[in-house]
Amino acid sequence: MADISYPTDARGAKPRRVMTKGNVILWSTLAVILAYYALPLYVMVVTSLKGMPEIRMGNIFSPPMEITFDAWHKAAFTACTGLNCEGLSRGFWNSVEILVPSTILSIAMASISGYAIANWRFKGSEVFFTILIFGAFIPYQVMIYPLVILLREIGLFGSLWGLVLVHTVFGMPILTLLFRNYFTSLPEELFKAARVDGAGFWGIFFRVLVPMSLPIFMVALILQMTGIWNDFLFGVIYTRPDQYPMTVQLNNIVNAVQGVKEYNVNMAATLLTGIVPLTIYFVSGKLFVRGIAAGAVKG
Amino acid sequence: MKHETALHNLDQTAMTASQPSVSIKELDLSFGAVDVLKGLNLDIAAGEFLVLLGSSGCGKSTLLSCIAGLLDLTDGQIFINGQNVTWAEPSERGIGMVFQSYALYPQMTVEGNLGFGLRNAGVPKAEVKERIARAAKILQIEPLLKRRPAALSGGQRQRVAIGRALVRDVDVFLFDEPLSNLDAKLRADLRVEIKLLHQQLGNTMIYVTHDQVEAMTLADRIAIMKDGKIMQLGTPDAVYNQPANRYVAEFIGAPAMNFVDGKLSGTKLSFADLSVDVADYPFQSAPGGDLNVTVGLRPEHLIVGTDQLQSAATFELTAEIVEPMGADTLVWSTLDGRRFRVRLDGQTKISAGDTLSVGIAVETLNIFNAATEQRL
Ligand SMILES: Nc1ncnc2c1ncn2[C@@H]1O[C@H](COP(=O)(O)OP(=O)(O)O)[C@@H](O)[C@H]1O
Ligand SMILES: [Mg+2]
Repeated sequence: MADISYPTDARGAKPRRVMTKGNVILWSTLAVILAYYALPLYVMVVTSLKGMPEIRMGNIFSPPMEITFDAWHKAAFTACTGLNCEGLSRGFWNSVEILVPSTILSIAMASISGYAIANWRFKGSEVFFTILIFGAFIPYQVMIYPLVILLREIGLFGSLWGLVLVHTVFGMPILTLLFRNYFTSLPEELFKAARVDGAGFWGIFFRVLVPMSLPIFMVALILQMTGIWNDFLFGVIYTRPDQYPMTVQLNNIVNAVQGVKEYNVNMAATLLTGIVPLTIYFVSGKLFVRGIAAGAVKG
Repeated sequence: MKHETALHNLDQTAMTASQPSVSIKELDLSFGAVDVLKGLNLDIAAGEFLVLLGSSGCGKSTLLSCIAGLLDLTDGQIFINGQNVTWAEPSERGIGMVFQSYALYPQMTVEGNLGFGLRNAGVPKAEVKERIARAAKILQIEPLLKRRPAALSGGQRQRVAIGRALVRDVDVFLFDEPLSNLDAKLRADLRVEIKLLHQQLGNTMIYVTHDQVEAMTLADRIAIMKDGKIMQLGTPDAVYNQPANRYVAEFIGAPAMNFVDGKLSGTKLSFADLSVDVADYPFQSAPGGDLNVTVGLRPEHLIVGTDQLQSAATFELTAEIVEPMGADTLVWSTLDGRRFRVRLDGQTKISAGDTLSVGIAVETLNIFNAATEQRL
């Protein structure tokens, strides 16, 4: 007690020191991390805006002397991907055609299963849930070949719907877990009240639970959209070349063996492919965080 | 609507006036290996206000959920208005339920909340409107109809929740601790309103609570539960004045009843150096021979001051702690090695260390068999 000195002029809020040792460490760590992520992005953007002669000069960090969008145009519409020379545009639409049904289907199925497991506890629901969770931890490489056979047998191999089915199946474990945890975190009395009010399985789902579950649907939407958009492996395996998603076509452009390496086109193509998930994050970042937090309250 | 399906299994003999509104027969309910309710029987008369009272975890909510049809019974039957509703859906039972957490649908307005059940039942739009208006009037929530639950206070929310049962014109109201989430003042207000509502509507009401004040003030009859069994079923007066066993005696009343070990030989009761003739005690069954008993004395039934002339016996206590509470004063002491409470008038002048002379009247004694803990 004796060696504590109490400033006699202390009054009001305690002043905060800015340059403490902890703060310096914190800020320098953050700066390093920022550079680690931001610098490559910066290099990509500036390179994609340069012409090839300027790139050959070798100053990868310098801003473009003359901004040109030629590389972007070429990446989008005229670059050759092996089979054709339509750029990434075809891949973009292929990806959209894969993304939309896969996302809708997987979220619809997972939310309904999560709801059934959380609220209705049918016979064997615990077993079903355990198997599903187990599924989330099986390396999916194990299932690639069996799925090829399965899709061939039902006649969907090499078709867009085959890939949609694959995405839906692989999305189920984690999404069902997500929805189940969210629905169990909602007050049970709400569900009971709805039953007393005569709402059935679908009535409770669509009119009571879904309207109050926007955050978790947003989380699922973001997870699925980015996951499916970024998928490369399933795209190569389960579709034909004319239906390859954007990621596969990007690879074909970047790894083309003949001709000179057009770094600016490669960078532009990569940025173009990344724009969709990037936009999703920017638009819904806040909702995403809120949804994750809401789901984490109780499990 | 619910009467149509019910018509053909209508039992004529069940139509007599004495038919209970709700009847529970040999109800068993287990969660896995845990038996929560075991062989429970309960008949509730039409228009009766029955309170299920018990400490937390004794199975009150579980019993209510069984009546509502929200839980599948392990065994037994439930009848409502003479119909065997054991397998009926909650919405087909003619019940409405009010929950502790209000359980209002957060994305619907008050109007939407009130009308949800009616719309599910396919009631025509005009009638839905009419019934909502009537319920809103009774509960004085008309100005709130367009609001969302988030924009309501706790008391308003609970009123809407009651309204949700009210619009459906049900025969039986089920309340699961509806006032527990409210602050003390609001709780007292709404308690009176629920009592008024019952007088006005005359429905059967089953009300779960762990609050004995709510139970005593609202109930026509109270069922005191412990570990899934009913320990006593009776009027508030009977439960307070003639507790059927030691558990009920201890549970009801605040401050709690005092207990002293004693011996009963014929009509001579001896405890803590005292000997009292209990010939006037209303024995339920006359005991023969010597018996170990527990004597229960309510702190407010002890006689202090000038009235002691009528006492059957008097004894001296030392006040150890004095708790003045305004209207009355509680004195803590020790008798026969156990805590002993005496309730005095608030005007009594007494402080810790004082000696207090206390008298007892035979008719306010509670004598329990020490072994079985049942009332004698
Ligand atoms: N869904 C359930 N699964 C397992 N045990 C339960 C469940 N619901 C209630 N219980 C148990 O049953 C007992 C009675 O619970 P409840 O009826 O909620 O008591 P209360 O009288 O407080 O309302 C408690 O011991 C509780 O742990
Ligand atoms: Mg309860």
